[in-house]
Amino acid sequence: MAREVHGMVEKRGAGLWLTHLFMILGVLVIFFPIWLAFVASTVTQPEIVRPPMPIWPGDQFWVNYKAALFSGVNVPVGTMLFNSLVMAIGIAVGKIIISLLSAFAIVYFRFPGRNIFFWMIFLTLMLPVEVRIVPTFEVVAGFGMLNSYSGLILPLIASATATFLFRQFFLTIPDELAEAARVDGARPMRFFVDIVLPMSRTNVAALFVILFIYGWNQYLWPLLITTDPEMNTIVMGIKQMFPSGDDVAEWPVIMATSILAMIPPVIVVVSMQRLFIRGLVDSEK
Amino acid sequence: MLPGSWMEKRVTFKGWLLPLLLIAPQVVISAIFFFYPAGQAVWQSLFIPDPFGLSARFVGLGNFEFLLSDKFYRASFVTTAVFSILVTLCSMIPALFLAVIADRLIKGSGVYRTLLIWPYAVAPAVAGVLWLFMFNTRVGVVSWYLGQLGYDWNHVLNGGEAMGLVVVASAWGRISYNFLFFFAALQAVPRSVIEAAAIDGAHFWRRFFTIVLPLLSPTTFFLLVVNIVYAFFETFGVIHTITAGGPQQSTTILVYKVFSDGFVGQDLGSSSAQSVILLVVVGLLTVIQFKFIEKRVHY
Repeated sequence: MAREVHGMVEKRGAGLWLTHLFMILGVLVIFFPIWLAFVASTVTQPEIVRPPMPIWPGDQFWVNYKAALFSGVNVPVGTMLFNSLVMAIGIAVGKIIISLLSAFAIVYFRFPGRNIFFWMIFLTLMLPVEVRIVPTFEVVAGFGMLNSYSGLILPLIASATATFLFRQFFLTIPDELAEAARVDGARPMRFFVDIVLPMSRTNVAALFVILFIYGWNQYLWPLLITTDPEMNTIVMGIKQMFPSGDDVAEWPVIMATSILAMIPPVIVVVSMQRLFIRGLVDSEK
Repeated sequence: MLPGSWMEKRVTFKGWLLPLLLIAPQVVISAIFFFYPAGQAVWQSLFIPDPFGLSARFVGLGNFEFLLSDKFYRASFVTTAVFSILVTLCSMIPALFLAVIADRLIKGSGVYRTLLIWPYAVAPAVAGVLWLFMFNTRVGVVSWYLGQLGYDWNHVLNGGEAMGLVVVASAWGRISYNFLFFFAALQAVPRSVIEAAAIDGAHFWRRFFTIVLPLLSPTTFFLLVVNIVYAFFETFGVIHTITAGGPQQSTTILVYKVFSDGFVGQDLGSSSAQSVILLVVVGLLTVIQFKFIEKRVHY
């Protein structure tokens, strides 16, 4: 009986193949832009500017990627990759550290001003830097942080999502553990390091994936505060590779750069898929 | 009342200096890079600076009055609404469709999921470049084939085509995101309920519309809000790379206008007033989201 019902719910036979077909079609359509970019990064400029461009990869892979990585257009893409890496890791690690600390304070202490601070942090939730760009730019410029890693990183770690996630998680840690620690006379930070941190491992990892992508994919902020090409990040640097006048863009190099720009976040997401999905679904819940 | 204050720890540690030190980094960073700039935005929105930026004239709500009567600003509101609705629909419907198909497979759905996650990792600005490449008026493959079919694609001149392109480029990466949520929600639908309906002779689509879709409604509502927020605030990269707000401001959404008036046009008073209006919009969306999340936690 159960099997027959299963047959009605999950597809078998011809229906199953049709389902797979739909799925493969969907994946192909979704993948098409990436494939085309990859093909464009392996052919010569003349092959692209005389449409239609080929649909299968050419033999210029090393030439184009070497040109992108070591000379680029304004600045070698290798430099931009390094800047992006520093920014993404800086934002992820910075946000995780300050959120762990503040969530621990909010959950495990009653101190004067706790509610006010909690509301302060709550208000920063969700407000993207895009909305307050002009004054934030002025603040960063005032500190002399234009074209610096701290200027790229600090304004973007002022948000509360991670704090909320950790707060929610800390609330689920059994009270008995804190009780036992207190009876043993353990200091709060001992408890934090020995109990809370190890228990938060998976949450930290999941959050790292999400924040790494968030930091890596930033566009407007690096566009405003990195006027020196040496400090450009790769995601914003691609647009800078297009010529301003009527010149034809160097498509193979630009497309190689686009592929390079998506490799690190794709590796992070795909290799940490389970954690990432868990983190995504949990943090947005 | 604190958000989520129905839950508090019974066991806490004593002392007030340590927690203040622990919370200090976040509070200081928020104050410097969030509250001060937000306050500045409110303050500057009440002034019109002179052309040399040496002094500013207090105009009260003058900037807001001017904005709300400005036909370009009002047009930008409409553009944002159209854009957000289209992005939300174009990213949610294909995602739901793919998730429903993937959910019917016992084997292999993991492989498809791994492949479908990719676009999520692609930055909006990079997505913009990929789609621009396909529809480029000189070298684009898609625009070339459209030309062969007799359709003259030119998003540089045609506002409608420009809008279509930025919508598709923005929705593309979001399909992955929405797919993950729909798929997770579908997997959580109790098999017994569906099997019971199947025994009663309900066909797949009937089961889908009468049982599955209502069970998905919390996820759907959540995704609606999140995708609208995304379309409002995180698509700057797509628009800047593909159209730069053009042609004739036909793709200038509100966030883009804050940027172009503030940094390109150097109109700080107006840009600040726009920031303040956006602050209010974000506030409203946050409240909606939290109301919904609190309700959902009680489930």
